[in-house]
Amino acid sequence: MLRENLFYRVRRYAKLSFAYIVLTTVAISCLFPLWWMFVSALKTRSTIFSDFSLWPAHPHWENFYYAWTKGGFGTYFLNSVLYTVTVVFFIVLFSSWAAYAFSRLEFPFKNFLYLLLIASMMIPIPGAFIALFVLLKMLGLINTRIGYILPQINAGLAFAIFLLRTFFDKLPRDLEDAARIDGCSRLGIWWHVVMPLARPALAVVIIFNTLMVWNEYLLALLVLQDKSKMPLTRGLMVFQGVHLIDYPLLMAGMTITVIPVILVYLLMQRHIIKGITAGALTGQ
Amino acid sequence: MRTRRVYTLTNYLFILPALLIFLVFGVYPFFKVFQLSVMSWDGISPEVKFVGLQNFIEVLHDRVWWASVLNAAWITFLALTIQNGVALILALLCAQNIRGGHVYRVIFYLPPVLSGIVIGLIWKWIFRYPDGILNMTLIKLGLEHLTRDWLGNPHTALNAVAIVHMWRGFGWGFVILLAGLQNIPQQIYEAARVDGANALQRFIYITVPLMIPVFVLVSILTILGSMQIYDIIAATTNGGPGYHTEVPVTRILASMQGAGRFGYACAQGLVFGAILLFVSLFQLWVSKRLKQE
Repeated sequence: MLRENLFYRVRRYAKLSFAYIVLTTVAISCLFPLWWMFVSALKTRSTIFSDFSLWPAHPHWENFYYAWTKGGFGTYFLNSVLYTVTVVFFIVLFSSWAAYAFSRLEFPFKNFLYLLLIASMMIPIPGAFIALFVLLKMLGLINTRIGYILPQINAGLAFAIFLLRTFFDKLPRDLEDAARIDGCSRLGIWWHVVMPLARPALAVVIIFNTLMVWNEYLLALLVLQDKSKMPLTRGLMVFQGVHLIDYPLLMAGMTITVIPVILVYLLMQRHIIKGITAGALTGQ
Repeated sequence: MRTRRVYTLTNYLFILPALLIFLVFGVYPFFKVFQLSVMSWDGISPEVKFVGLQNFIEVLHDRVWWASVLNAAWITFLALTIQNGVALILALLCAQNIRGGHVYRVIFYLPPVLSGIVIGLIWKWIFRYPDGILNMTLIKLGLEHLTRDWLGNPHTALNAVAIVHMWRGFGWGFVILLAGLQNIPQQIYEAARVDGANALQRFIYITVPLMIPVFVLVSILTILGSMQIYDIIAATTNGGPGYHTEVPVTRILASMQGAGRFGYACAQGLVFGAILLFVSLFQLWVSKRLKQE
């Protein structure tokens, strides 16, 4: 009896250690490339190809300063912040209005318009960016900030409306009825009643679109030509094309690009992981 | 009556901003692609010539184009098998409620939230020849014969890019698969255990059938994501060496920006869209059949 017990305990212990070894190995392989980027940013142009230490003896923190100023990553960073804040703000505003209307108000063609929106999410059209480029050119929006912002608002709208509408449909209507009796307008109900209740869904919309805009590259490649208007992803590609040998500054620029994402991710990881699993389960 | 109509009209104001942006930047380009695909146009001159289906016929005979589709298909195949296989194994390991499972989940999902450009540039730095850390480590281990220009060698470039793509993507599959596994009620496993089913049997007869919808979902999204791979290619090889890592998106961009053939680029985009649609529908059909059985 005792021996059998011991056998099971040993077996369980072996199984668990196996799991830990595998999981930890994969975790290290996830983190190492990022660490290597960060450490490379602290070396100099002459030591970067010979110093393979995981932490340099003399870390050159000033590389970050030079990347920010001389490398132009300060400008790119502020552009990325501007684009992300603007796009996400308007996605939240427009999608929450639309989702509220789809959920609570009546108007002609309501179901048709909603279906159209959902269909646009489902049908992959990889060529659409060509026509989008033609359109932006026609409107004179090539190489303008607004030309980079508007298509991205569109890109985030459908999913945000879908997510928020699903959420609004589940909210109880009693509070809204009470507010209406108290003389609250539709806009007032949207702002004072629906939006505060929708915080969890809004968090998902905000986080996912923030990541989408911050990491966007293809549209920036098509639309923006002036360095002064480029976001970080585009700036990185320009920098590595021009400064072929300045690897420490490139690595510093890359670190500058990912640090805000990593911080937001660590703060919000519970929402993020809940968001994608919830999205996946509704997708079924 | 009149106030009612006004009321309905003002309801429209709530969807108007979203609708306008959607119509202009979503619906219009969608139809414009179809229109341009039967035209010959350089994107600049006012001269737009109707050429019928000629662009499509040319796409069908475009060797580089189909090579790029095959490249993306190979990356997709690797992602479906290796990437999702790894994701499933890790999810199964994590699903046995081990301590610190949450920490692993946070770490594995880190690469998917980062920019593909940065990830591509990091790996280009790691793969660098001859003095990147991968080649230097191989030399230190006495494996000098294995060192090579991973991203510049026609034999290794595509697989090297695929590795970067899978490194970035597995955490996403892992999180969804893990959520699916945790949705399976524990009682079913316990009942099976009481009936004497061993771990393998429990996996085959409980986990797999219940997970099929999740598998299908992960597969479809993996296919759509991998076929449309772009950022990582742009940051590592940009299609080279030669055409060895060209993918559909880089070809469409080349037709458009390099060759200045907008109509042809649109035809390529539509052919590609049709392929993606076909694959998704096929997957859904397979999953329906599996469910019926």
